[in-house]
Amino acid sequence: MTADCEVILTEELRRIAPEIAVESIDRTADLREEFDIDSIDFLNFVAALGQRLGLEMPEADYPEFHSFDALSAYLQKRV
Amino acid sequence: MKQERITKSPGMRRSANMPDYEKACTGFSWQSARGLIDGLPGGSLNIAHEAVDRHVAGGHGGQLALRWISKRGEVRDYTYQELHQLTNRFANVLHSQGFKRGDRVYSLLGRRPELFIAALGSLKAGCVFCPLFSAFGPEPIKSRMEIGGANGLLTSERLYRRKVDGIRDGLPDLLTVFFVDCSDEDTGFDALMDRASDSFEIEPTSPEDPALLHFTSGTTGKPKGVVQVHEAVVAHHITGRLALDLKPGDIFWCTADPGWVTGMSYGILAPLTNRATLIVDEAEFDAARWYGILDEQAVNVWYTAPTAIRMLMKAGAEAIGNHKFPALRFMASVGEPLNAQAVVWSNRVFGRPFHDNWWQSETGGIMIANFASMDVKPGSMGKPLPGIEAGIVEDTGSGLRELSEPQAIGELALRPGWPSMMRGYLNEDARYRACFRDGWYLSGDLAMRDSDGYYWFVGRSDDLIKSAGHLIGPFEVESALMEHAAVAEAAVIGIPDETTGERVKAFVALTPGQTPSEDLLLDLKGHARSRLGPAVAPKEIVFRANLPKTRSGKIMRRLLKARELGLPEGDISTLESDEQ
Repeated sequence: MTADCEVILTEELRRIAPEIAVESIDRTADLREEFDIDSIDFLNFVAALGQRLGLEMPEADYPEFHSFDALSAYLQKRV
Repeated sequence: MKQERITKSPGMRRSANMPDYEKACTGFSWQSARGLIDGLPGGSLNIAHEAVDRHVAGGHGGQLALRWISKRGEVRDYTYQELHQLTNRFANVLHSQGFKRGDRVYSLLGRRPELFIAALGSLKAGCVFCPLFSAFGPEPIKSRMEIGGANGLLTSERLYRRKVDGIRDGLPDLLTVFFVDCSDEDTGFDALMDRASDSFEIEPTSPEDPALLHFTSGTTGKPKGVVQVHEAVVAHHITGRLALDLKPGDIFWCTADPGWVTGMSYGILAPLTNRATLIVDEAEFDAARWYGILDEQAVNVWYTAPTAIRMLMKAGAEAIGNHKFPALRFMASVGEPLNAQAVVWSNRVFGRPFHDNWWQSETGGIMIANFASMDVKPGSMGKPLPGIEAGIVEDTGSGLRELSEPQAIGELALRPGWPSMMRGYLNEDARYRACFRDGWYLSGDLAMRDSDGYYWFVGRSDDLIKSAGHLIGPFEVESALMEHAAVAEAAVIGIPDETTGERVKAFVALTPGQTPSEDLLLDLKGHARSRLGPAVAPKEIVFRANLPKTRSGKIMRRLLKARELGLPEGDISTLESDEQ
């Protein structure tokens, strides 16, 4: 499941910021900064991710999405 | 926008008509510009005299004035002396048919010599000339002839049958129709010309007498008839000299159709007043043909439009073949902003850049330009002509404020008073007056000025996108998309967004050989994001086979937006090539 979540996360990030390769980022640094995601992109990204995984991802949980690794862990716990 | 400058060598600067822009601005006066044209006795002024007769009087009657190339490649030459006599004949034809000073003569004709003769002959007779684009359908023709009160029309039998016959009853002022391809004694152009004398005394029109009528589409309502007077020739002449670097004897090719203001002001008048030789091609765009004309006619100065330039880019190097362009000295572009990529491309292919310039039907002549002696910043429209005061202004609610800080986006405005400024929208005084405020003429275009004084087009004031508090110019986004190798054309609009007010949506047409795909979409999105950042890059990109364009090549964002929002499409009479 770990691999699946990462694949899906990577795919959804590519839809928002196709110019940035996951391999090139710091997985522990600020996700939005690493992927150059503005607030609108971020909302769209989270909505798409939630829909794809069948997850409710309330705004209250957003602090847990602070980095690539943190978000990946969040998803693994919930899926 | 951060492209390298294209610099000019000291030799190029020295040989330009205006070697030093700053000095020219300081020393400029419209009075001295008036000194470059002759005028008629008693303070009269007539554009046709300045364009044709004075050169004959000055001993240049034998010089080639117009070389016409038919669709099939047949060439017809007219010297200044011949043009002088033929325009005299047409003026006599008009008088013999009862036309008086101030009567309106229209044309609805392709790029044929008769159109050039009729335009200048009408001016000699003191009539107001109004060219219509021959690809217009009956409705736009009717509204333009109604508004202008057309008294005469020069056309072909085919165009008349297809487009005028059915609306003729609604045009009570239209008394005389001249047919170019008809042997009828009373209505055939050739027969009437044959019977007319080739001497004519030009009507002593005053500088403020109406001379030209050009129609421009409004964002709402009927088209507006822009009135130009004979004094406009002062601006035609000096702007041809400074912005197009025209010199006497130059071979000049303006690809614009005279049915549009560029094809009249710079396709006929400015080059003739500057004693150039016009190249007129009857055929429509064809890359290989165009390269052939540039080469074989040894064109010195070339004035064309961004759409054509981008079509040449699309056609690739094969279209150039073995053609060489050693005679080509200066290239200019107008119609819509020329993207930086196209400027850089031209510099590579021709060894010199296209010089973008800016003006409108209302300004009657070029107002802002990249000059021969000045470095080109690709993507910029250049600097104001000497004698033109431009500014970037914003509406504060209680009046206009000039924005003097570099890069500030506002409406491009001009201080009125140059000779080719429109004298009115025909019978639409309220719309005319709405163009002026607090001592400025408001162009309706948004622009910014950089710290070096170069102006940059941002978009029409009604096209600007406001998204998440950012003011986004569609042109900037389009330019970035155009830098992608797969993109042939791009149009960007703002569409309503619950969260951000508007969001940026891009419509993209691909270059030949490219196929729409999810991967390409993501590649484009990534490309735009890396150029523009997430706040400016389009949130949505869709592929189209073709984008809707006007005849002059402007992509009709307004139409895309109307369709996107399910609103009425408005006046689409200028639509030439529709969305697919």
